[in-house]
Amino acid sequence: MSLPSGVFQESYAQDMAIFRTRTQWVLLLAFLVLLFIMPVYANDRVLTIMTIMGITIISVLGLNILTGYCGQISLGHAGFMAVGGYVSAILTAKLGWSFWAALPAAGVSAGFIGIIFGLPSLKIKGFYLIMATVAAHFIIIWLILQFYGITGGADGMAVPRPEIGGLVLKSKASYFYLVMILTCVAVYLAKNIVRTRVGRAFVAIRDNDLAAEVMGINLWAYKLTAFFIGCVFAGVSGALLVHYYAYASTDHFPFMNSVWYLGMLIVGGMGSITGVIFGVVSLKFLDELVTIMGPMLAAIFPAIAAQAAASLGLITRGLVIILFLIFEPRGLVHRWELVKAYYRRWPFSY
Amino acid sequence: MNFPLQLVITGFGLGMVYALIAIGFVIILKCSKAFNIAQGHFVMIGGYLGFTFLVTFHMPVWASLLAAITVAVVMGLLIERLTLRPLVGQSVLAIIMMTIALGTVLDGVATLVWGSEYKAYHGVLPTITLKVGDLSVPPETLIGIIVSVITVAILMILFRYTRVGLGMRATAEDEQVVQSAGIKVTTIYAISWVIACVVGVVSGILLGGVSGVSTALAEAGMRAFAVVLLGGIDSIGGAIVAGIALGILENIAAGYLDPLLPSGGGLANVFPFIVIIIVLTIKPHGLFGMARIERI
Repeated sequence: MSLPSGVFQESYAQDMAIFRTRTQWVLLLAFLVLLFIMPVYANDRVLTIMTIMGITIISVLGLNILTGYCGQISLGHAGFMAVGGYVSAILTAKLGWSFWAALPAAGVSAGFIGIIFGLPSLKIKGFYLIMATVAAHFIIIWLILQFYGITGGADGMAVPRPEIGGLVLKSKASYFYLVMILTCVAVYLAKNIVRTRVGRAFVAIRDNDLAAEVMGINLWAYKLTAFFIGCVFAGVSGALLVHYYAYASTDHFPFMNSVWYLGMLIVGGMGSITGVIFGVVSLKFLDELVTIMGPMLAAIFPAIAAQAAASLGLITRGLVIILFLIFEPRGLVHRWELVKAYYRRWPFSY
Repeated sequence: MNFPLQLVITGFGLGMVYALIAIGFVIILKCSKAFNIAQGHFVMIGGYLGFTFLVTFHMPVWASLLAAITVAVVMGLLIERLTLRPLVGQSVLAIIMMTIALGTVLDGVATLVWGSEYKAYHGVLPTITLKVGDLSVPPETLIGIIVSVITVAILMILFRYTRVGLGMRATAEDEQVVQSAGIKVTTIYAISWVIACVVGVVSGILLGGVSGVSTALAEAGMRAFAVVLLGGIDSIGGAIVAGIALGILENIAAGYLDPLLPSGGGLANVFPFIVIIIVLTIKPHGLFGMARIERI
């Protein structure tokens, strides 16, 4: 990352800072203010979309640490979300815990399940690991359906909305605030985890795990740490999703979601926290577009009306991922960097 | 009826479905090192194509097969040229995501054209039924065996005795060496995708004629990967042996353990995934796969 002309760094701390100029701070604050007064100017539908986006961002941040930074590809992320969701649901609905105690418990338990299914990653990688995580997803969902005495099985179970000091977060706006605050915290944590010693070890493992081991990085510990961190994010996100719907069901965690999360990483840009936000926002936006376009297409071509809406979503999502893989494998975040560089150098770009 | 034996025979039929999907997968892997998640979707498209040609257009069986194979060849060429060739040399994740996205698009196309409904055309294809005592061998088992034996025989001959087959095996080993030996790698890739598409489409038509096709077949593709992993990802013979073994095991496990489970079952759906986890933890290269040593 380069800086505007005339800004110089004099210490390591300055060099490593996330925000290095006053403009960046001003832009950040302006963005946060705009985000948090959103319930004032946006309607319920927009708030719903934003809430779901926030929950997805938390989950994909975890996937990004696991896949984008540590290189351990996971196609079972929705399964780990389901673990978090159900742990929180059972703790609050059956055992009467407060949401604020159940949320961390959901994260940690998803993290430990992640470690269990991450164990094969010590021996295998690439396609083999993908299949292991796919298997993890289906086994988790199956187990949830089996223990219907606790989880409600295929019927699902009702879950209370969280509350703060007697105030139940029932309205869309209140839940929006909860999710947005947690999303900001998650982004802050993720951004900082990858700048630590652990984060640098992840990158070394991603680039070449054998070389990393020779350099003295404990593969065993760091790969499992990556699984733990990635799945903690997934667990928290799953818990938020379940409490948002006030209902826990395996339908909230379909296998295709895991695929779309990886797709979001590709569209946004792997190994970049900003990329996660770009990816989630753009693909969710596309989804909304398809939801609006589906009925319009059905009106134009009545012969295929029944199938049009369902197939349109599948085809556009698939095509978007194909196009990004071919034309912009580094994702939207790369374009964003180019735009920023152009803006900085204008009018003397070289 | 003899319960355990019937389970084995039904499992055999299921195993052949898995094996047919797994063979197409192994072919592509053998020459281009690409993991084709969309193989199950090829089979699904094949089944729907069979429906269109046989039922909608009332074409004779040989003409339908010919037409479907033509479509498969075109589809294979298009897929290779448009989606996979730009990714030569990219990471495993990029290629896998590409095939997943491809599968999604095929899924969407199938939904758009055929409405993702269950389609079956019993009695259109010639069927063979075999009865041993009071046990009836389901026709899909027999047809599955016959087709996969023929397919495997052709492929074995192709890989062992022809120039193209040799080129394909060499490409899997080292692209650059092959290129310097004067073999066109892109042609080899195209051929391997065409073969995989044709195998997929033909087995799809057979399945459609016997047990029907639906978009659920694409999910069977996901489970067929347990077969691929168990047999060893670069072994066609392994795919067949593991396919049959897994089909039988899955059926037996479901038949005997389902009544013992709290919510009464569904073990058949998850059994292949349990196998995946066990294989990957104990013997990652499968029964007949080649173990490779990695160097920096």
